[in-house]
Amino acid sequence: MAVRMDKSWLSLSSENVTKLAAHLGVYQLANDDGEILYIGMAGGRTLFGLKGELQKALDEPPTGVTRFRVEVNMAYRTRRLELLAAHVSDHGGLPIANTDIDESSLGRIRPG
Amino acid sequence: MDLSLTQEQQLIVDMVRRFVREEVVPLEDSLDPDEDTLPPDQFAKLVAKTKEMGLYGLGIPPEYGGPDIDIMTRSLIAIENSQHRAGLYAPCYGAFGGSGLAQLYEATEEQKEKYLYPTLRGEKKAFFGLSEPSGGSDPARAIQTRAVRDGDDWVINGSKLWISGADRADYGLLFARTGGPGRGGVTAFIIETHWEGFNVRRIVHTLRQALHATEIQIENLRVPHDNILGVEGGGFAIANDRLTRQRIPYAASCLGPAFKAHELAIEYSQIRETFGAALSSRQGIQWMLVENEIDLRTARWFVLDAAAKADRGDGFRTEAAICKLVASEAAGRVIDRSMQIHGGLGVAKDLPFERWYREIRIRRIGEGPSEVQKHIIARDILGAGLR
Repeated sequence: MAVRMDKSWLSLSSENVTKLAAHLGVYQLANDDGEILYIGMAGGRTLFGLKGELQKALDEPPTGVTRFRVEVNMAYRTRRLELLAAHVSDHGGLPIANTDIDESSLGRIRPG
Repeated sequence: MDLSLTQEQQLIVDMVRRFVREEVVPLEDSLDPDEDTLPPDQFAKLVAKTKEMGLYGLGIPPEYGGPDIDIMTRSLIAIENSQHRAGLYAPCYGAFGGSGLAQLYEATEEQKEKYLYPTLRGEKKAFFGLSEPSGGSDPARAIQTRAVRDGDDWVINGSKLWISGADRADYGLLFARTGGPGRGGVTAFIIETHWEGFNVRRIVHTLRQALHATEIQIENLRVPHDNILGVEGGGFAIANDRLTRQRIPYAASCLGPAFKAHELAIEYSQIRETFGAALSSRQGIQWMLVENEIDLRTARWFVLDAAAKADRGDGFRTEAAICKLVASEAAGRVIDRSMQIHGGLGVAKDLPFERWYREIRIRRIGEGPSEVQKHIIARDILGAGLR
């Protein structure tokens, strides 16, 4: 599994979110340019997993968000930490809408 | 052998049990089922209580500020403070404090000032870098990471795998080959994670999400000669000592979730009815509970026997291997049976069994797999000819 998520982006639309299953996993939200604005997870206490989390994003999208992509993953916590740390390594900081996590609590990785 | 608890040990066990049940378990209701850390305010509150109990920094020797507690009592505490959902890999979410890298107690005073003391004050974090992609069970032969002397420095190249916490560490112990093949060719270096050439490449996703493992790549990492821990070629002895000492508390902590799983299974079997009678009235269920009880008593005895020998200053390598082997395997069976008794509830994330089930599986491999423990025991009973 690649450290960075490299799946194609999907439009954040009701049609695409409806097709999602209620799996646990991680997801990314981005703008039209593919700039990652938020990295989230659907953990063990979420209702309807990724489908529920993306529905929330569809209902109240962070500013600029138009696209998403998901990865079904039971190791959703460590995978999210890895994606966040990789983003910090690549871009020098967290995605702009990830105000829910303290950057200093993340580990440091250099994916290469 | 009398392994009954002293009055003081019983008081400590009761105190830790109350702490886990009244202070820790209620916090887990609102956490993700795989969480391993608490919000800072909750964590600080728990730490204040473990300090009040005089049980903070359990692995720290008294001369460095830790409580004066023997291995037997530490093992009893490890059985108790792991009796909650996150308990196997994050007992009480770290509220009992860490011990730092035990090897650093043998470091030079300069090394202690720079690395050990800040760690004990909670200012620095460390990792232990032994295992490699070439194998972790036989590090003396498997280590391929190489260090070459260059003036006053050493230049290290290689890779490490399954290294817990390297991405969050400030420094770590890195084992590299400085000589020929075998034990005498391995040296322990203290390296700082911000140095050029040290790279954590990825998190290794496993059955557990707590205390996650990482993969490290080391490219022309320059380390001062003064950062050798111990002596050149003495790294394997340092690593081996840690692995042996670690086995007793490691085994004890396997039993905490298993004891809790068994307790939950007993309770549930008495209230859950099928075909008009409680599960506990069924012989099939009774035998599962009996097997749990025997597994737990047996494993606990081996753990406490090893701890008692270590406390007496007797050799305990064989006993440590036996207790690690028996406890990790018995705990797996107990959790599996308890899950079975709970039926569908057992596999849901609503209850802690599924987390324990995943995490306990790692314990048959971590800190030396069952087969390596058997190899150690066989070597000891058959003599040096088996080396």
